[in-house]
Amino acid sequence: MRSASASKVTARERALKTLFCEPPQAQDTASAIKSYVLDHLRTLLIELEAQCLSNGIQVHWANNAEDANQIIVDLCKESAKPGDVIVKAKSMATEEIHLNHHLDEAGFETVETDLGEFVVQIDHDTPSHIVTPIIHKTRKEIAASFSREELGPYTEEPKELTMQARAHLRKKFREAKIGISGVNFAIASTGHLVLVENEGNNRFCTTAPDVHIALMGIEKVLPTPAELPLFLPLLAASATGQLLTTYVHFIKSPRQERETDGPKAIHLVILDNGRTNVLQGPFREILKCIRCGACLNVCPIYRQASGHAYGHVYSGPLGEVLAPALEGVESFGDLAKASTLCGACQEVCPVKIPIPELLLEIRHRANSPSTSEKLAWTSFAQASQHPLVWKFGLKLLPLAPMARHPFLTSWLKRRTLPTRVGRDFRGWWNERS
Amino acid sequence: MQEVQLMVTCLCDAIYGEVAISTVQVLEKLGCKVHFPKNQTCCGQPPFNSGDWENSKLAANHCISEFQKQDLPVVVPSASCAAMVREGYKMMGLGSPLVIYELSEFIADKCQLDSVKTWKSYPHKVAFHQACHGRSIGLKDQQETLLRKVPNIQLVAFEQAEQCCGFGGAFCVTHGALSEGIGLEKLKNIKESGANEIVTGDMGCAVHLEGLIKKHQMNLRIRHFSEILAEVLI
Repeated sequence: MRSASASKVTARERALKTLFCEPPQAQDTASAIKSYVLDHLRTLLIELEAQCLSNGIQVHWANNAEDANQIIVDLCKESAKPGDVIVKAKSMATEEIHLNHHLDEAGFETVETDLGEFVVQIDHDTPSHIVTPIIHKTRKEIAASFSREELGPYTEEPKELTMQARAHLRKKFREAKIGISGVNFAIASTGHLVLVENEGNNRFCTTAPDVHIALMGIEKVLPTPAELPLFLPLLAASATGQLLTTYVHFIKSPRQERETDGPKAIHLVILDNGRTNVLQGPFREILKCIRCGACLNVCPIYRQASGHAYGHVYSGPLGEVLAPALEGVESFGDLAKASTLCGACQEVCPVKIPIPELLLEIRHRANSPSTSEKLAWTSFAQASQHPLVWKFGLKLLPLAPMARHPFLTSWLKRRTLPTRVGRDFRGWWNERS
Repeated sequence: MQEVQLMVTCLCDAIYGEVAISTVQVLEKLGCKVHFPKNQTCCGQPPFNSGDWENSKLAANHCISEFQKQDLPVVVPSASCAAMVREGYKMMGLGSPLVIYELSEFIADKCQLDSVKTWKSYPHKVAFHQACHGRSIGLKDQQETLLRKVPNIQLVAFEQAEQCCGFGGAFCVTHGALSEGIGLEKLKNIKESGANEIVTGDMGCAVHLEGLIKKHQMNLRIRHFSEILAEVLI
């Protein structure tokens, strides 16, 4: 997994250099556009709704996950009956509201059609990465799952495995009554829903069934199509190191009278789920995120721990901010401590989100130290205000293990105690002056 | 003659005295007069990073008052402490009360390296580890550029050189296993490069990596770039 992450980092750099003379400038521009979006979010969303309605896309507003699930399940019940197939394109927003669980409960056969998400689904697993959900799985594990599900004869060849999944999914696309997708960008001035993907399954999901339901977070809106020549390649390069994704979909309206295919109805569900609160608070900038996953790929903690360790749909540096921002620092504030604050995430972020600063802000607001930690910082602060105590404390350092503080126990479990090598600075300074 | 105040850093005050001594020697060789405010303690970063800003402010205010006694720029052999004073104080609402430079930044911006005519040779295979907090103060390759000027030094490339060492302050004890894993990965990559010495600009990385090196009895030593400069500048 670590080498997969590292190779994505290299691919990203190469793609960005090919695309932009000055990649940092592209990042600054994208960040400024996203600032504009957050500053004018209300107006842009109203404009988007009006455009969608005039294009024939029905718009639904969901305050929270519960509302969104209810809206989507009700829409599904209008056009499908229990047992019917619903095909899904990869969408983090649907993961966020745990939509599959609700569709299953309503009796539908929900099928994930992104290859990675499909593997996650048949294994009853969860995605460990927001872009590449099965980065934690090996080829052998996938082969075993496919053979268990009787998708075809056992093989470890990626190409053959893909063909097996393809044959299986094609049937599902044909049967499906409803297709559900996310949205990468929604264009306020024209009402276009823009989706990017590499496998073609999104195209099937959004065109084959009679009904297409798209779920988007409120922050996904962009003012005009003029922003896309920047954002589409920036997202592709940051996410997968591509210059552009294999497919880019511009969805404007359901099937028109003269047309012979495409969905008869399109529903756009616009999800708040805590975002308006985030917008008004200190973690606002995390709403600039375009879900490229570059911060995960470059993060030393993510590389070491993998996505599942975070205990939230959104993992990595982005998740360390977004989870507590959306759900409260009380419940997810501790995630912000799982960081060395190395700043690699901010450097690669296509929209320049100051993640380390946001993490510090979360730590400050959560400030829920254990008694032993509080004691450590209080004594530290006391000593640091009294130079005599400070200097005396320095002399006592070799006795530190006697303190039996959990910090020390943790240190000594993995490392030796640091010992002074060479001269003491204060002694040297006093002697020469 | 330029006059500066040395911020010694807790780690050099407590453990790595030689790094602070080298810092003074290098600055003096480059024509600076160094002052050392003796009542200095810590910049307040450890509690700050842990979210305890109340206690951090106590330390920070003491630091500010000690260094404000003289109207001279502060030089510190750590990008991490420099970042705290420059960025952390702002976040806590303390403004920008001190002018502070990380050592290599000060040398690049304010000193004439050409004034030193002779450089001794340093014939060692060295892996340079760039400490991450340099990012927060906009540090680029000043440290590496200084090292490249050293005659006969052999700077070796290693895998994932840009990755963090896993120290992260309190992170190294609150998330000990992760920190250890990241650190050992770094050391493995360095070992494979054939280097027998790690040179860095922050003793935070060093105290963590050195603890791992000794625990695992690896044949590697860690130095601050100021120690090498103090040795080679004549």
